[in-house]
Amino acid sequence: MMNLNHYGAWTLFMRENRRFMKVKMQSLLAPALTSLMYLLVFRYAMGERTVPNFQVDYMSFLIPGLVMMTMLQNAFANSSSSMITAKVMKVHIYFLMAPLSAWEVVLAFLGAAVIRACVVGGLLLLMILPFVSIPLLHLGYIFFYGFCGSVLMGGLGLISGMWARKFDDMALINNFVIMPLTFLSGVFYSVEQLPKTWQAINDWNPFFYLIDGFRYGFIGMGDADPMMGMGFIALATVAMVVACWYLWRSGWKLKE
Amino acid sequence: MYALKTEQLSKVYARGKQALKSVSLEVPQGSFFALLGPNGAGKSTMINILADTVIPSSGVVQVLGRNMQIDPLWCKQRMGIVPQEVAFDPFFTPYEVLNIFSGLYGARPDRVWIDTLLDRLELAEHAHKNTRELSGGMKRRLLVAQALVHKPELVVLDEPTAGVDVELRKRLWDFMRELNQAGTTILLTTHYLEEAQELCDHVAILNEGELLLSGRMDALLRDVAGRSVWFEFAQPLQLSATQQEVFARFNPRIEGHRLILATTHHQQASSFHDAYMLVHHHFGAPVDVSIDQEDLEDVFLRMTRKHQ
Ligand SMILES: Nc1ncnc2c1ncn2[C@@H]1O[C@H](COP(=O)(O)OP(=O)(O)O)[C@@H](O)[C@H]1O
Ligand SMILES: [Mg+2]
Repeated sequence: MMNLNHYGAWTLFMRENRRFMKVKMQSLLAPALTSLMYLLVFRYAMGERTVPNFQVDYMSFLIPGLVMMTMLQNAFANSSSSMITAKVMKVHIYFLMAPLSAWEVVLAFLGAAVIRACVVGGLLLLMILPFVSIPLLHLGYIFFYGFCGSVLMGGLGLISGMWARKFDDMALINNFVIMPLTFLSGVFYSVEQLPKTWQAINDWNPFFYLIDGFRYGFIGMGDADPMMGMGFIALATVAMVVACWYLWRSGWKLKE
Repeated sequence: MYALKTEQLSKVYARGKQALKSVSLEVPQGSFFALLGPNGAGKSTMINILADTVIPSSGVVQVLGRNMQIDPLWCKQRMGIVPQEVAFDPFFTPYEVLNIFSGLYGARPDRVWIDTLLDRLELAEHAHKNTRELSGGMKRRLLVAQALVHKPELVVLDEPTAGVDVELRKRLWDFMRELNQAGTTILLTTHYLEEAQELCDHVAILNEGELLLSGRMDALLRDVAGRSVWFEFAQPLQLSATQQEVFARFNPRIEGHRLILATTHHQQASSFHDAYMLVHHHFGAPVDVSIDQEDLEDVFLRMTRKHQ
């Protein structure tokens, strides 16, 4: 028999939100500030350069990508650090003990990851927009890629947190998976400028589609076909949610 | 009706350790149940199966008549579990933790009940500190409050009093007794056998994953606990060969002026009367009689030692 506990799921979702709010200096302000630094550095290093194939100034190219990268990293950071902290402190047993279905747990974690990503992304935009004006052409794309990207990365973070046994394991994933993929994915340059092999990797790099599609929402230009990117990302997002549900339900790395 | 019933519950851990061997346990609704056993007996494994942090290898768990494998959420909603290990949420204060736990179990936080819990578990003045600042004993009491906040019908406590001082332990037990009298079933493990004997009306002994016995506390003390009866006489005693035979079923021992017999009590029938009549017949009236009864601890040690 299936019975659901929506209020319980809501409580877990709110717990996750309040958790990152408790440490907002490091969970919200610090990442927004870091991205702002990137922006300043690149602004002065690259100056008035333009990006091949993109008929916009460098700032309009850079800012959307940077916002998306920040959102992706924070969605990942939120669920992964919540989960690994819970595991290290052994409070994950209370999530298993509580009358919550796997769907409810997964939606609560991913929901909070989306909120964190949006708050940090929004904060960054708020810091930038008074000084730089950038176009904002297709809101639908921005929402779609922002939302799916946060869900994808929140899910990846949840799975990484379940897999990891200590904080070091988490750093490993961050440094060897998340960072290379984000830096390769064309935040700071057009992937057209990359060697052919890297471009081939990027054909399968969801970060590339996320950043490219998100940027398309602002400036109406991208490296990939935005419709194809949408299909790819929608599929990847659904697959990620199902994977999270399946792993949580089976108690992977959580139950003996 | 049973608050908890397991049928042939077994657990073999990944590395091949068998922690539970086909355990069939019945915890009647409304009972105050002591699950006893030496370290490594499998008590926590059993409780962790209820908490759904350990997956049983085989067997059935029923909570209030429903199969936990089929109705996990229904069963979980009705249980409040205090794990053995002190695990606490580092991000929140006790007050916040209790609100969150209430919500996780689907219940809108009941302010009055939360205040009652904080008060009864002596956490009221620490309610708004970060949990990190609490002492070990306070953290454990917070775990108890956490397990009670959604008013479960079955409360399971895995060594809730380890490291809690005598005074507090007594007050905690008083609170548990009140809950029990109000109808809550309580299942606990503890190393304080004297307290278990005093508090609990049901008991089970687990040893190396096997259930050695289970039942009412008074029946256990009556039927399983041994008794020795001391008959004291004015003059020193000696048993003849025939007397040795006559008294054989009482394991007779002579200590100077005393004759010591082991009596039993099975199915309402005590062998004390027979023993007394026999003694009277052979030695006349004793000047004094005293009875030494095994307590829970004696039975526990005897039963778990026998099996080692
Ligand atoms: N996670 C685990 N993996 C492997 N063996 C375990 C695990 N947890 C407990 N055990 C073993 O199972 C047995 C029962 O342990 P436990 O249930 O904790 O006993 P108790 O709570 O009665 O002291 C012990 O031999 C213990 O070493
Ligand atoms: Mg134990």
